[in-house]
Amino acid sequence: MTTGLLIVQILNGLQLGILLFLVAAGLTLVFGVMDFINLAHGVQYMLGAYLAVTFIGLTGSFLLGLALALAAALLIGLALEFLIFRHLYERDHLDQVLATFGLILLLNQAVKMVWGAAPLSVAVPELLSGNVRLLDGILYPTYRFVLIGAGLAVAALLWFIVEKTRTGMLLRAGASNAPMVSALGVDIRKLFMIVFAFGTMLAGFAGVMAAPILSVEPGMGDNILILAFVVIVVGGIGSIRGAFVGALIVGLVDTLGRSFMNDLLRLFMSAPSARATGAALSSMLIYLVMATVLFVRPEGLLPAKGRS
Amino acid sequence: MTVEASTQAAPPRPAAPARHRPVFVIALFLALAAVPLAVTLGLPAHWLTLVTRAMIFAIAALSLDLILGVGGLVSFGHAAFIGIGAYATGIMITEGQTEALIILPVLLAACAVFAAVTGAVSLRTRGVAFIMITLAFGQMAYFLAQALSAYGGDDGLTLYEQSTLAGFEPFANRTTFFYVVLAVLAFCHVLVRALVASRFGRVLRAARENATRVTMTGFDVGRVRLVAYVISGMIAGLSGFLLANQTEFVSPAFISWQRSGELIFMVVLGGVGSLHGAILGALAFLIAEDVLSGLTEHWKVIFGPMIVLFVLFTRGGLVGLLGRLTGRRDG
Amino acid sequence: MAEPVLALIGINKAFGALKVTDCVSLAVQPGELHALIGPNGAGKTTLVHQISGVLRPDAGQIMFKGRDITELASEKRAQAGLARTFQITSTIPSLSVLENVALGVQARAAHPLALLRNAAEDAALNEPAWAAIAAVGLTERAHVLAGRLSHGEKRALEIAMALTLEPSVILLDEPLAGVGREEGERLIALLNSLKGRYAMLLVEHDMEAVFALADTVSVLVYGRVIASGDPASVRADPAVREAYLGEEG
Repeated sequence: MTTGLLIVQILNGLQLGILLFLVAAGLTLVFGVMDFINLAHGVQYMLGAYLAVTFIGLTGSFLLGLALALAAALLIGLALEFLIFRHLYERDHLDQVLATFGLILLLNQAVKMVWGAAPLSVAVPELLSGNVRLLDGILYPTYRFVLIGAGLAVAALLWFIVEKTRTGMLLRAGASNAPMVSALGVDIRKLFMIVFAFGTMLAGFAGVMAAPILSVEPGMGDNILILAFVVIVVGGIGSIRGAFVGALIVGLVDTLGRSFMNDLLRLFMSAPSARATGAALSSMLIYLVMATVLFVRPEGLLPAKGRS
Repeated sequence: MTVEASTQAAPPRPAAPARHRPVFVIALFLALAAVPLAVTLGLPAHWLTLVTRAMIFAIAALSLDLILGVGGLVSFGHAAFIGIGAYATGIMITEGQTEALIILPVLLAACAVFAAVTGAVSLRTRGVAFIMITLAFGQMAYFLAQALSAYGGDDGLTLYEQSTLAGFEPFANRTTFFYVVLAVLAFCHVLVRALVASRFGRVLRAARENATRVTMTGFDVGRVRLVAYVISGMIAGLSGFLLANQTEFVSPAFISWQRSGELIFMVVLGGVGSLHGAILGALAFLIAEDVLSGLTEHWKVIFGPMIVLFVLFTRGGLVGLLGRLTGRRDG
Repeated sequence: MAEPVLALIGINKAFGALKVTDCVSLAVQPGELHALIGPNGAGKTTLVHQISGVLRPDAGQIMFKGRDITELASEKRAQAGLARTFQITSTIPSLSVLENVALGVQARAAHPLALLRNAAEDAALNEPAWAAIAAVGLTERAHVLAGRLSHGEKRALEIAMALTLEPSVILLDEPLAGVGREEGERLIALLNSLKGRYAMLLVEHDMEAVFALADTVSVLVYGRVIASGDPASVRADPAVREAYLGEEG
């Protein structure tokens, strides 16, 4: 283990954390404000990535493709809200889980039919295709820096909206006490639409940004959805700050665990058994973190205020 | 008891309402028992395997109904127990131990330990957090199975032998296998039904509706739920044992979170909390899957919307539908 | 005076800066009906929550049958014989009246969580349950689901559930709230018939009922007990008249 490798892995962990935050933020908002558990949120991430493949391919421009992909993701999200989700807000969580589960089956398969089952990829935009020199002999791709920066900028924007604007105040109030918000005379349906559209855009944005560095394939949304759940549970349901902290913890623990667990175990055991145990342990690591957090603080690290 | 009847004479006790005879349940099991006969009379031969597989999943769905339907705990990681059962079977057979009398106790203990540990953590939360955490623990089991490189890892583990039972080979013949699974299913159904009707089951049912009241009455609700979770996990493990012997193959896909979602759908499709509904739901699900996947490889494009429409437009599942058709309140 | 069955000694509880329970001391004697009255926001329900273990007091002691139960969990208090009813009725809607009451019997049975024996046909549970049901006058409604009972019947059911705990003290949190006049009278008669056999701490708004039923009345205002004694002397207490009864008009 060298310092250089450590720095690179920390950056990788940050980058995973940022992607997780973008997905988890929408999920936790929708859940916190609407008491709606949307398993299909991961599918929005996947759609963002696929739409990026199509639109960047069509236009030949990353920025234009990004804008079109986001608009298309938003349209699909709103259509789903109108057709299905709207009818589920009043239902119990079991119905919500099941209906959105059915939607995942449909959309994963639909994506396979439209784009094929083989993994696709998007080229990194030329301007950002270089590397940044960190230390002697250690390079890190510029695009990944941009991704981390963009994610942090979105997080800052989100913080501003939630903490400083009127809509944000309603969101915070809704996350801790939804009936109160409707008692204030706010059009709940409109608020729900805004929250939902917003969450969809964030997940879609994460998908577009991830497209150049990950392989775009059916089911890619499912894995990130479950990681986002872990993030939300660790951070505290309904809390944006919790989602941010939780996402960074999960991103760093997972990445560092996978790269250094073997070396760590080599100190105690032979190479083959270290490899086997390391693979098993590192894949379980974030769940162990989650269990530990829950055991100490069942409501998560930074629960939304007023939610017990 | 210190409670005495009040000074005025109490009115006579009314008779308890007549209990329904379990007509549906008996009809269901008779119909299942007739499947091998129907196959000799012309039903396509693969139905014997299909219904065996469906009954194996019915055992798992039944166990899920105990915590989800009766206890009100929406567990989204139930496939993990099928997986633990299947992997314990696969690993022991690979290591040369085929005797079910040895495999089963080990497997049940493994499921019980996993359920006790994950249950103790997840039951500290409720509602959506419980759904997410059980999902995450299920996923943990999935990745653990993937990491078992000595036992197939990502590719899964092929079994070259089936289990034996006290030296006999009950799984070698398909018809015998069918009846073994049917017997296990019937046994589990009777067992779970007895659990639900017992003192323990009454507390579990009551806690679903009003946990505060039950606590104030003097019960430790968390402990009751944990026991139900452990029992449920062990029964699901049993279905994993049967599944491994049927497919003669074990893979991480057994534990995928889609599988857990499918189990929930089976329970809801049949009718939550009715127990035989879960059996009916599992049969309907696997038969529908078989028929649809025979039509097109993209069957999930049909199946997904079916689930959505089912949730949006039906209540009470197949059991509720049967009840409405025959004018009865419950099955 | 005999040893009190329930005694609060200097209980304090604050939510932030707000003192909701301010050095409250109370004693409930065996067999006595002790009424706790006070205007809205006086902290009556908070006090009941502390006695039943839903909330922990910041300071002070709760003695039950000579034992300090201040730190005991809710279900342990119930098992020890401290029963309560809720301000908002709290039953199990999809269980029948008989099953609701049998649930209480079960909590004190030798095997409260027996796993396989059928509970619905268990005479060891049902006989005491029938007795408690008869005591509150619900025999004819025994097989009705609790969710289908009238409001007053649910109150009576709650009291029957409390009786099965073989309680030494029953905490009654506004049992007459939201109950119609006729059903209210039936409940008052029921409480009267239980007096002497059980010690009861009754939190109630209905003054007429309180002064008709109670052996002792304590008055809580802004978290403090400002008067305590027999109904006649409390009614005559000038501080009470000013702080509380005066408001009634």
